[in-house]
Amino acid sequence: MRIIGEALQTVWETPRGRAGVMFLGFLVLLALFGPLALPDPARQFDLDELAAVSPSVDHPFGTDQLSRDVLSRVVSGARISLAVAALAVALSVTLGAGVGLIAGYWGGAVDALLMRLVDGALAIPRLFLLMLVLVVPDRVPLLALVLMIGTTGWFATSRLVRAEVLRLREETFVQAAEALGASRRRIILRHLLVNAAGPLLVAATLGVGDVILLESGLSFLGLGVQPPTPSWGGMILDGRAAIEAAPWISIFPGVAIVLTVLATSLVGDALRDAFDPRGA
Amino acid sequence: MPRWLLRRTLQAALTLAIALILLFLLVHVLPGDPLAREGDRALTPQQFEALRARYGLDRPLASQLVVFLVGIARGDLGVSIQYGRPVTELLIERLPATLLLGGAVLLLNFTLGVWLGVRQAVRKDSLEDRWITTLSLAGYATPSFWLGLVLAGFIGVRWHLLPSGGMRDPLGTGGFAATTLDVLRHLILPAITLSAVTIAVTIRYQRTAMLEVLHLPYIVTARAKGLPEGRVVWVHGWRNALFPVLTLLGLWLPILVSGSVFVESVFAWPGLGSLAIAAVGARDYPVLMGAGVLAAGMVVLGTLLSDVAYAVLDPRVQTS
Amino acid sequence: MTRVLEVGNLRVSFPARDGRRFFPVDGVSFTLDRGETLALVGESGCGKSLTSLALLQLVPASGRVEPGSTIRLGDTDVLSLKGEALRHIRGRRIGMIFQDPMTSLNPVFTVGDQIAEGVRAHLPVSRGEARERARTLLQEVGIPDPAGRLDAYPHQLSGGMRQRVMIAIALAAEPEILVADEPTTALDVTVQAQILEVLDQLRRARGMAVLLITHDLGIVAGRADRVSVMYAGQIVEEAPTPELFAHPSHPYTQGLFASVPRISGPVNRLTPIGGTVPAPTAWPTGCRFRPRCPQAFEKCQLPPELLPVGPDHRMRCWLAEGRPFRD
Repeated sequence: MRIIGEALQTVWETPRGRAGVMFLGFLVLLALFGPLALPDPARQFDLDELAAVSPSVDHPFGTDQLSRDVLSRVVSGARISLAVAALAVALSVTLGAGVGLIAGYWGGAVDALLMRLVDGALAIPRLFLLMLVLVVPDRVPLLALVLMIGTTGWFATSRLVRAEVLRLREETFVQAAEALGASRRRIILRHLLVNAAGPLLVAATLGVGDVILLESGLSFLGLGVQPPTPSWGGMILDGRAAIEAAPWISIFPGVAIVLTVLATSLVGDALRDAFDPRGA
Repeated sequence: MPRWLLRRTLQAALTLAIALILLFLLVHVLPGDPLAREGDRALTPQQFEALRARYGLDRPLASQLVVFLVGIARGDLGVSIQYGRPVTELLIERLPATLLLGGAVLLLNFTLGVWLGVRQAVRKDSLEDRWITTLSLAGYATPSFWLGLVLAGFIGVRWHLLPSGGMRDPLGTGGFAATTLDVLRHLILPAITLSAVTIAVTIRYQRTAMLEVLHLPYIVTARAKGLPEGRVVWVHGWRNALFPVLTLLGLWLPILVSGSVFVESVFAWPGLGSLAIAAVGARDYPVLMGAGVLAAGMVVLGTLLSDVAYAVLDPRVQTS
Repeated sequence: MTRVLEVGNLRVSFPARDGRRFFPVDGVSFTLDRGETLALVGESGCGKSLTSLALLQLVPASGRVEPGSTIRLGDTDVLSLKGEALRHIRGRRIGMIFQDPMTSLNPVFTVGDQIAEGVRAHLPVSRGEARERARTLLQEVGIPDPAGRLDAYPHQLSGGMRQRVMIAIALAAEPEILVADEPTTALDVTVQAQILEVLDQLRRARGMAVLLITHDLGIVAGRADRVSVMYAGQIVEEAPTPELFAHPSHPYTQGLFASVPRISGPVNRLTPIGGTVPAPTAWPTGCRFRPRCPQAFEKCQLPPELLPVGPDHRMRCWLAEGRPFRD
């Protein structure tokens, strides 16, 4: 855990890493407390005056066709997008680590079978997989969406963990510790945790960005977060028809996505440099 | 065929088979009948029954799987619920447009991307280096459908600079040159959109590879021979830094396949991506499945091709 | 004897972590005459490789040749050259051989191509002629079946052959000076002698001057005309080879000789030099060898100059003052 702390400190020291961390921190705060401070977009329907209004002092991001304040919706959408991404990535990393551990430790037929499966699964583009899965049911509850995204994202992580386990098995210090009476399993697990924690953290950070892009894409297709739950992708879809007349409806959620994913990329990059023994 | 090539091809075939089996299982694991959509159906009752038999939910799983795989081997991917036509036919019809878009993006990415990556490596840690990294990361962070929408909305519709949709002007006159030009004009925005979003990967790969190479002793030897710096960087350096970028070419196919989905949809580009989107809207499962099969096939093919290219270009692999 | 190379007070600096600069090469001077071989001897970390790189302005990017250094090639001031003029020196007037031929040759080009490239960079010949020259060079460096080998890749050749190829590349444009940086270190002992022999023959045939850089005193005897011993970025002793071997005077040189195993002679224990080589970021004050020197005394706290001890023989040590000059 100390290593992670040191790495985070290194990230903070690089200008781009710091910018990323600050933005993400700001976004999390916004997502947690923003909706409390801003008017609830769900109750903003002004049925007399359903019109999209361009950005003004009252509505810094303008309103959409249903007179909902875009800024409030973007902030509410932040909540959903971040929550979905965080949970899905947590699931992916856990699954991937688990499978990788099993494959690397047991070896033999189990390993071969699992890795062949991973190879096959990796051949199917994730988007297609999700489209196929999400098209069937009538409604996809949010939790199911998280589950689906999470279970399609563990393949690369499993390879990473498996490689690490295999490497550790060959290390002489494992054999030496075993000779001194320590349980082989525990040695590998402990060292695995230490060695793999870094790359896993990097993968998780970058994964959050990827899931945000994925989820917004699915929402744009109508397959992801279902209305009226606000999501950035859904908002872009809403603004599609009005892109000429009222571009702000689609523009602001898009900018939110760009900034968020950029932040995760910067932080992920900085973390990767921090964990790399060779240095940047 | 050299032994290594045979081995790689067989591996690829196995991977594809597993992918297809996984796709098949997907249909059966899910709750709900994928074919029970009451949406538009241009199928005759017989066609529908044949489709049901194909995904035959009343027969044992194993035999269904065999039917499925055999069908694919014969090029039969079922019939579209939406159009009533064979899926394979639809896919083949739409493939060229996607390949055209993909080709354009590939060209953009691998010329501009490679050049920028090498430039960055040579000017490591300079202002230009840092800016290119940040800008390309911003590009990666941009949702392709959003960028496409914005570009289409502003450059296409509002300012009328370029066409905002479709592949051809429906009112255009014939003639090979005029048509080609027309298609190219329509290609610009979608290609730029998809390229902007994916170029970061290429630049990153190339920069990293180039940095590693530039520190190697044979670069010093090349300079010590009195060669011009351009030759040292591009002939001696880049030739060795090419490999990771080549493996990227193989990974490109899946990126292309996924990325094209959104871009084609936003720009109404008549390729596989927009076909898939329409299938989503109409819950046209056979078409989606067919597209998935094709996508998996392209991914496996792309990976195999990049392995081959690697081996061809690195003499060490061949003679070992 | 015509003087072909003159190096004066060469200093090379690098940035340290704290922002200041340190000097791995700190005031090196030597000369080279046509047809002679000068050996630059020292352990790793003494700065000898950097010295050789500086001759062609090939010092790694963060390094800098300090003002006050001079490198004169005949009439030309090498340090003032840039661009085209600098490239003209590299390969054409000074050729260089590097230590590890496996990593110093480009793995994706054939051996013949790499040699021919060196030819065409400086001589106005056609591709065919360049290839023919490459074949001739391969023959000169003693590679059997040179025509057949032209299309071989570096990884297909043995270590000794690769080093011969490096020599061929260095000679491709017919330079007047050859710099050989540890040419035999990466090779088997039996092959080492062969390579040195090849270098010798070529030198005599072409009338080149050779700067031989090595840590191995063994290969210096009988091969070099003069020797300069380097320690901690400076030359600490310089003399014609027979003179140095007969009368090693600097305590460091004496230590080097004492730590070299000999096949003939009484079997004694080897006496290594105590302590470790100082890091370039922290050269000791005063005489840099003082911390390890068994003969150190008070005056050694002052940095010594190069003082004469014998015919054409100088050393950087205050002990020279107390000794009578040998004639």
